[in-house]
Amino acid sequence: MSHGHAEVLTTHDVHHDEHGVHHHHQSFISKYVFSQDHKIIAKQFLITGMIWAIIGGLMSVLFRLQLGYPDQTFPWLEDILGNWAKGGKITPENYYALVTMHGTILVFFVLTGGLSGTFANFLIPLQIGARDMASPMMNMLSYWFFFGGSIVMLSSLFIQTGPFSGGWTAYPPLSALGDASPGSKTGMDLWITAMAMFVVSSLLGGLNYVSTVLNLRTKGMSMTRLPLTIWALFFTAVLGILSFPVLLSGFILLLFDRHGGTSFYLSDIYIAATNTALPNEGGSAILYQHLFWFLGHPEVYIILLPAMGMASEILSVNSRKPIFGYMAMVGSLFAITILAFLVWAHHMFVTGLNPFLGSVFVLLTLLIAVPSAIKVFNWLTTIWKANIKFTPGMVFALGFVSLFISGGLTGIFLGNSTLDIHLHDTYFVIAHFHIVMGVSAFFGMFAGIYHWFPKMYGRYMNSTLAYIHFWVTLVGAYLIFWPMHYEGLAGMPRRYLDYSNWASFNQFGDLNKFISTVAIIVFATQLLFVFNFFYSIFKGRKVTTMNPWGATTLEWTAPIRPGHGNWEGEIPEVHRWAYDYSKDGRDFIPQTEPIGPNESHH
Amino acid sequence: MTTTGVFLLAILALGFLITFQIAKASEYVSVLKGEKKAFEQNNRINGFLMVVFLVLGLIGVYMCNEALYPKTLMTHPSASDHGENIDTMLKITLLITGIVFFITQILLFWFAYKYQYSEKRKAFYYPHNNKLEVLWTTVPAITLCLLVGFGLYYWFKITGEAPENAMRVEITGRQFGWIYRYPGKDNTFGKKYFRMIDEANGNMLGMIWKDSAMKTPNGVQNLKADASGYDDIIETSAMYLVKGTPVKLIINSRDVIHDVGLPHFRMKMDAVPGTPTTMWFTPKYTTEEMKKITNNPNFEYEIACDQMCGNGHYSMKGLIKVVTEQEYKFWLAQQKPSYKPAEAAPAASPAPVADTAKTAAAGTANAVLAAK
Ligand code: HEM
Ligand SMILES: [Cu+2]
Ligand SMILES: [Cu+2]
Repeated sequence: MSHGHAEVLTTHDVHHDEHGVHHHHQSFISKYVFSQDHKIIAKQFLITGMIWAIIGGLMSVLFRLQLGYPDQTFPWLEDILGNWAKGGKITPENYYALVTMHGTILVFFVLTGGLSGTFANFLIPLQIGARDMASPMMNMLSYWFFFGGSIVMLSSLFIQTGPFSGGWTAYPPLSALGDASPGSKTGMDLWITAMAMFVVSSLLGGLNYVSTVLNLRTKGMSMTRLPLTIWALFFTAVLGILSFPVLLSGFILLLFDRHGGTSFYLSDIYIAATNTALPNEGGSAILYQHLFWFLGHPEVYIILLPAMGMASEILSVNSRKPIFGYMAMVGSLFAITILAFLVWAHHMFVTGLNPFLGSVFVLLTLLIAVPSAIKVFNWLTTIWKANIKFTPGMVFALGFVSLFISGGLTGIFLGNSTLDIHLHDTYFVIAHFHIVMGVSAFFGMFAGIYHWFPKMYGRYMNSTLAYIHFWVTLVGAYLIFWPMHYEGLAGMPRRYLDYSNWASFNQFGDLNKFISTVAIIVFATQLLFVFNFFYSIFKGRKVTTMNPWGATTLEWTAPIRPGHGNWEGEIPEVHRWAYDYSKDGRDFIPQTEPIGPNESHH
Repeated sequence: MTTTGVFLLAILALGFLITFQIAKASEYVSVLKGEKKAFEQNNRINGFLMVVFLVLGLIGVYMCNEALYPKTLMTHPSASDHGENIDTMLKITLLITGIVFFITQILLFWFAYKYQYSEKRKAFYYPHNNKLEVLWTTVPAITLCLLVGFGLYYWFKITGEAPENAMRVEITGRQFGWIYRYPGKDNTFGKKYFRMIDEANGNMLGMIWKDSAMKTPNGVQNLKADASGYDDIIETSAMYLVKGTPVKLIINSRDVIHDVGLPHFRMKMDAVPGTPTTMWFTPKYTTEEMKKITNNPNFEYEIACDQMCGNGHYSMKGLIKVVTEQEYKFWLAQQKPSYKPAEAAPAASPAPVADTAKTAAAGTANAVLAAK
């Protein structure tokens, strides 16, 4: 297949790099499938992530149906799901499979792979002034490992014993013993395999992002002139590189326990289903939790930092004001990165952890709130006395800040071990991490997509649909998750599919119905976004100026549809930081413009 | 496909179609009006919606609280002394975070509205201000120190050693239920070993009631019968606790990780196979008193499993009955040890007749208690 698409046309004029040697014909396969162009890889991550988001979101709609209407049957569910909903009712087995897959998919495949994969790939070379990643080949492999992991994870949905169903945290012994739960049979092997491939993908990507940021910055682009997006993506990659290997080691030990007869996590177990005492003695189930959360907590920042970076950038551009306290923003990202490695045991306050050790983790956990607070106040000051343009990216960035505040504050409850005793594993935790990590990271991602879509596809997304998308999602997210705090304060445990047999938790029937209804509406609205996205790729209004938002950063100095290599001719040189908005009476001064003789100092 | 399904899909498709047409039309209109005018109009609408969202949101927060607060545990006192500390801590945290929440959210949406684009306005070039930044580093840091201070004070109180006079009860999780064990007259728990578990013969916990040689992966293990286990009481119906007497729970699991969740006492602790954990507290109200306090004649202290343990996790319920000292003594007197010499050692003499009489009495006593 040879090219002939509109998109190819500009490619011909591109000098691939300074040596200009790689000018060759590309087939469709090497251009769009096994591409080594960071921009194509970014789009591959994005679209794969979107497909995953739809699947993961649909799962939540299905199990919310069960939660909202535990005593009702939905015959049409059987039409769609077959055995998963015999007689129109989701069985406990499948309920847990859905919840587990929902968590795994959204945390890893959407908000890690989909989010970092998309924006680190797309923005790093374009914003630091590089022609591509340090190793385009590794970059391509990173996507294909992600893709492979995705296929394995997806295939686990279709096996006879079902996908893994022991929660996204996969605590052994439950996850180690097929006899304890059908989902822990082949489904768990596939889950581990898929996750291992995912980890490889993350590492390949992360090493590339770090080395690219460190080595391939254009002339004049010192570290302190980097846009905050790049700083955030850089720290994200560092977090991933240092913590994913620990997770993988935890999984490998789990695999040994499952199939190798080892006892890393297993001890004193009697399985009633088969009437047998297992041979294992001396293992510690808690060891796994340490290994898991050593990644697990940094993971929440791996999800959140890119969103923070993009929100910072988009808030500044559309406020027509510099980001307030650039160095403090970088410093707080750094502090969060360090502290993220030192708080993991706050997920384990009620595992029998030594209380003194627990107290150390309380202190370190609440310390994270300090850099978080700095960021929030700096964002607020950024929009103070601004001249705000509510572009679709901007409204989502504002929504991000609101959600981050709401969700971050409840972290102060959970991080305090005294309160965590009561709130642990209740709906309060669900409310907390969905708001602070789930929805707010999604808002950062949406902001990024709306903001950089013109750069990705040379067209705009429809903004009316975008505004509908924003307002319905913002209101809906609060309606869904805000009341869950109250369920948590009633002690209502998470991961239950039916509360009607409990005298203590059955008072929320109407609320659960309400939440489920809103969840369905919000999900439908996301489909509107997906439609807008794909429609606009082909039919959106065309971008006619190189710099539609009037931004200072380098990506807007590249052609409207940059080819492989990004800039025609020389890579631009950088002379200033990325935030000269409304300085000296000028709307904005691009990074490429030398400092004028009479320019004021900041 | 059933009709409902088709109907739902049709509504969804129609909704999409309409929204999409409106969106397309508005794009054409904006082209006609000119980009600048369309932008200004959009900006005004979104700016206005920001403050609408703020106002409705604040009203919503208030209404949500009115509707749902009474359904939480906060409207009546905690049933344990530790729980009271936790409730105090919760109120302190709620107050502080609440203030921050309202200030920051109001500023955010108010600024968004107030500083929306206008041709006349010039954005203020304001890249940094060290004083301000130091201010909002130190104030949160000090506030958090306060919260950590209170928190750890209570934390060490709650996780500290149980008082000497605490009664001890063992609770063991299994898929999907709870087993309670009392040490019996000698106040000592008999030894157990998980390979001795024998459900068919009534040895749910693997009590070492008889000498045995066990083949294990580490060679043959000789287990000596532990006589202190002969009087242990093993129960699955409910755990009886005494109002005002501290209780120390020794928490075990037989298979996977479970969690003893006691919402009314505000307590929680994982049950981990191979690694026993403990937790202690002092119940403050009997079940009967709680029925009056909560105004709920069906009130029970339920034990909720709070750790994903398999497909029956959502149904893993236990029961605690808090009773007066007297009632407890009465109940305890009716209990008979789980050890049945006849089964453990077939050659031993048959059980004394008195035992049978006791069983009958226990039956009636339980009925009396249950009727209360
Ligand atoms: C102010 C900062 C934060 C603090 C103090 C905090 C604290 C905590 C604590 C202590 C827990 C454990 C609660 C429990 O298991 O009972 C928790 C849970 C969780 N948090 Fe945060 N957090 C903060 C911010 C975040 C952020 C930024 C994210 C995501 C980006 C996040 C995501 C999560 C997730 C996914 C869980 C659920 C773990 C589970 O499955 O049980 N948190 N948080
Ligand atoms: Cu954490
Ligand atoms: Cu459970």
